[in-house]
Amino acid sequence: MSELSHNHDEHHDHHEEEGPHSSFSGYMLGFMASIFLTAIPFWLVMGDVFSSRNTTVLIILAFALVQILVHMVYFLHMNFQSEGGWTMLSLIFTVVLLFITLAGSLWVMYHMNVNMMPSMMSGGS
Amino acid sequence: MSHSTATPAVQAGQFDFLVKGEHHVANGTLLGFWLYLMSDCLIFAALFATYGVLSQNYAGGPSGADLFDLPLVALNTSFLLFSSITYGFAMLQMQQRKLKGTMIWLAITGVFGAGFLGLELYEFYHLLHQGAGPQRSAFLSAFFTLVGTHGLHVCIGIIWLVTLLFQLRKHGLTTANRRRLFCLSMFWHFLDVVWIGVFTIVYLMGSLS
Repeated sequence: MSELSHNHDEHHDHHEEEGPHSSFSGYMLGFMASIFLTAIPFWLVMGDVFSSRNTTVLIILAFALVQILVHMVYFLHMNFQSEGGWTMLSLIFTVVLLFITLAGSLWVMYHMNVNMMPSMMSGGS
Repeated sequence: MSHSTATPAVQAGQFDFLVKGEHHVANGTLLGFWLYLMSDCLIFAALFATYGVLSQNYAGGPSGADLFDLPLVALNTSFLLFSSITYGFAMLQMQQRKLKGTMIWLAITGVFGAGFLGLELYEFYHLLHQGAGPQRSAFLSAFFTLVGTHGLHVCIGIIWLVTLLFQLRKHGLTTANRRRLFCLSMFWHFLDVVWIGVFTIVYLMGSLS
């Protein structure tokens, strides 16, 4: 019985590698995707590809979102299993707070500016 | 029956307590550091929200389109991106227990990080020289706070990286040092993720307006 527990220990020692196991191909895939996802937004803005500002903004924001996901998966090794799911749960919680902070601030302050008295508008945006 | 299986397990548990304790602490560190990163993320959320609200308040001063030098930002972005992949290579070397390779790739990462910081300081100096300092307008205050906080994080990351290089040279790839490398890896990649938001929202969208 004690021998069994000893074996268990050795197994632990051997498998002590904390954190996720990463691979060369994973890093390279993430890196190539990142270069692609960085270069295109810069090209869109520097080359004045679209005449409409809103189109460009929407596209580069979409590219940023995809690139953040790529970094999360290939560089930070996010998945639903690590640490019993707690990293993913805390990430989701943070993203919810992030969304509330950003959307709430922009929404409230935009309406403040729009609904301000005309005499005060000159000082605002 | 149940007695015969339970007793050795308890004894083994008592015997292994100190040894196993270390193992559990090591696991706790990675989750704890991740939670720190998430709270850091909330700091950046507040700074991004501030920038978003104030980004059009030029107070008659220069706008992002007047100030930002996109080729410089592109170079800066590539530095940070390259430093991410070189840190990845350092982690791969660490997995194969190659101390020298780990240290070399870590040093290259540090050089890219320093290059990023140098370019950012050059940009700040240039802006201050033009009279576009943080006191010029609400837009510039928010800009310097957001980008400056990110730069400060990179600076601290470089100090940590150099400290780890000395630790590695002295103690090698011990369990503690591997844990530290994992934590710095998360920190470094996290900063790259924040930079994606910075170059998209601040520089690219700022240049469009």
